[in-house]
Parts: sequence; structure tokens; C-alpha cells
Amino acid sequence: MTTTRNIATMGALVAMLLCLAPSALRAQEAVSLQLSIKNKQFQPRELTAPANRPIRLTIKNLDPAAVEFESVTLRVEKVIAANSEGVINLRPLAPGRYNFFDDFNPQNTGALVVR
Amino acid sequence: MLAALVIVFREVFEAGLIVGIVMAVTRTVAGRGWWVGGGVAGGTLGACVVALFAGALSAAFSGVGQELFNAAILGIAVVMLAWHNVWMARHGRELAAEMRAAGQAVVAGSMSLMGLAIVVGVAVLREGVEVVLFLYGVAAAEGGSGLGILFGGAIGLMLGIAVCALTYYGLVSIPSRYLFAVTSFMLALLAAGMAAQAARFLEQANVLTRLDTVVWDTSWILSDRSLPGRALHTLIGYSDQPTAMQLVVYLATLVVIFVLMRLLAPPRPVGAPAR
Repeated sequence: MTTTRNIATMGALVAMLLCLAPSALRAQEAVSLQLSIKNKQFQPRELTAPANRPIRLTIKNLDPAAVEFESVTLRVEKVIAANSEGVINLRPLAPGRYNFFDDFNPQNTGALVVR
Repeated sequence: MLAALVIVFREVFEAGLIVGIVMAVTRTVAGRGWWVGGGVAGGTLGACVVALFAGALSAAFSGVGQELFNAAILGIAVVMLAWHNVWMARHGRELAAEMRAAGQAVVAGSMSLMGLAIVVGVAVLREGVEVVLFLYGVAAAEGGSGLGILFGGAIGLMLGIAVCALTYYGLVSIPSRYLFAVTSFMLALLAAGMAAQAARFLEQANVLTRLDTVVWDTSWILSDRSLPGRALHTLIGYSDQPTAMQLVVYLATLVVIFVLMRLLAPPRPVGAPAR
């Protein structure tokens, strides 16, 4: 009895958190960028994108080992399994240089240049 | 080998902290070893399954399947933690009183133990997926020379278990009359931190787009990526660059848990009639 009440209140908690979400995926035209990883190297090492536009970055991991794409300045962390691809959606960015790296292999670095 | 040790330790570390806390919280409950062990085993199995389908998961929901999955399982863990705390606020006292006498209390206690087992499972699953993907990739790519890396991974795993043991013994050394208050506070912070992390995954998936300005940047004092930063990240949900949304979710979770604990706590005199 108490348990049902507790479950109901927990449901309310979840519902409250969900209400904070706006009406789902923002449909704004995104710039598509491609990045691949081959032989433990980002290709290309440097990407260029326009400022103040959302970006859809597709990362193809062509290696037989998983990578963890990470960027402190872009606030992104994403594991991409061997021989598969992942997509990262970025908000409109201010001009600047945003470094990224493979957290499973930190020597592998690259950058996104926004201008 | 050292790199593998560091990477595996880093992932196992966070799960180790959570398992240690759950062990301390449930130390007096009979049969808790089965629940916690079940959570670890389930999480490990789940990690292998998820790693196996990582490609498909990643591609799901137009490329944000991984983020949505992480947010969803974190959400489950938050609800379980909140439920446990509220449940304990209501039944903790009577449970402690009956503990020695009857097996009945243990049966009732197992309800909330299941919640904590799920929290353990979620923690192990989330960190385990990365470890499995990393080690599997290494083994596949390097073949025989990957042995050293697997060895490093094994040491990293053992160090993670040591963190778990340290957390546990650190907590149970607290005098037992304070322990309940300390651990329920810790579980609430753990839940709030997980909720904020779930919010971050939803932001990364572009599901949450409001209030996405970064409120502060303390990465120059304490980076999320450093070991102390990671420990605080797991324990209290520290983030070096939180968005306003993450803060809102964090505080809302804490408020909801504490308000529910207060509202559902039994009236002081034990024999008093219910409202």
C-alpha cells in the first residue's frame, strides 16, 4: 500500500523531469561534418565549420578497436565501437578552436575550427 | 599496459565507489551479498550484451541511441535510489528494531534491496560497457601482443575492487548511529549527480536544449578528468562545466527526495494512530 504510494510519487518525479524537456529534437538546419578514424588517426586531423550553426558530426571508426571521442571544450564524450559509426550533435558554436582526442588512445588528437 | 591499467581503473573506479556505498548501506541486511553480487553479475552480463550490440545501439534514434540509453538507465538508478531513501525514511526505524527478531523484516527489506541491486547493476553496466569495448578492441587489434594490455586491464580491475573495499570499510567505521544519516545523505547526492549526468546525456542527444549555457568552468581548479574530480563526480555529481539545466535537475532531484523523505517519514511516537 505504502509501496504503491511510493511508486506513484516516484512516477511523479520522473514525469516532472520529463516535463523539463522541451518538445524534442530541434529542427534547425545542421551542418554535416564527417570524421573517420583509421590506423589510430583522425582523418582529417582538422575540421572546419561555420559559427553559430548546429553541427551534425558523423564519426566513422574504421579500426578494429573501439575509440572514445572526447572533447573538453565541446563537452562531448562518446564511445564508438570497432568498425562502426557514431553521430554527435553540436549546438551552434562561437568561433574558436575546439580540440578533441581519443580517450582510449590519447596520442590521437584533432581539432574543430569554427569561424 | 599502463595505459590499459589507467583506462580500466578509471571506469571501474566509479562503479567501485557505488558498490562500496551500497554494501555499507545494506551491511545489516541478511542476504545482501546475493543482491549486491546479483547486481554486479547482472551489470557485467548486461555490459557484454550492450557492447556486443554497441554498433546497433549507437546507430539507433538517428545516432543518439547511446546517449538515450545512458540517460534511461541513469534515470532508473535515480528512481531506485530515491525510492530506497524514502522507503528507509519510513521503515528504517522499525526495520532496525525488528532486525534481530524476525525474518519478516528481512523480507520487507529485500524490496528496497532490489532497488539498490538495480543501482549496482546500472553502475557496473555503464562502466563495464566501456571496459569491454576497450579490451575487446585491443584484443582484436593487437592479437597476442594484446596480452600485456589485458594484464594491465586485470590490475586496473583489481584496483577498482580495492576502491570498493576502501569505500566500504571507510563507511562502516562511522559509528552506526550516524551511519544511517550519512549514507542516506550520500545516496541522495548520488541520485542527484546521476540525474544531472542523465540531463547531460539528453543535452548531448539534443533532446534537452533549454538552459544549455555553461554556468561555471572550474576545470582549472578541479578537472572532471582528474581522479579526485572523478571521485567527486560520482559521489556528489561534481561537474567542472555544468549547464544551467544540469543544476536545475540536480537541485530538483535533491529537493524531491528530501521532501518525500520528510512527508513519508512515520510520525514520531511509534504507536500513534495513522492519519
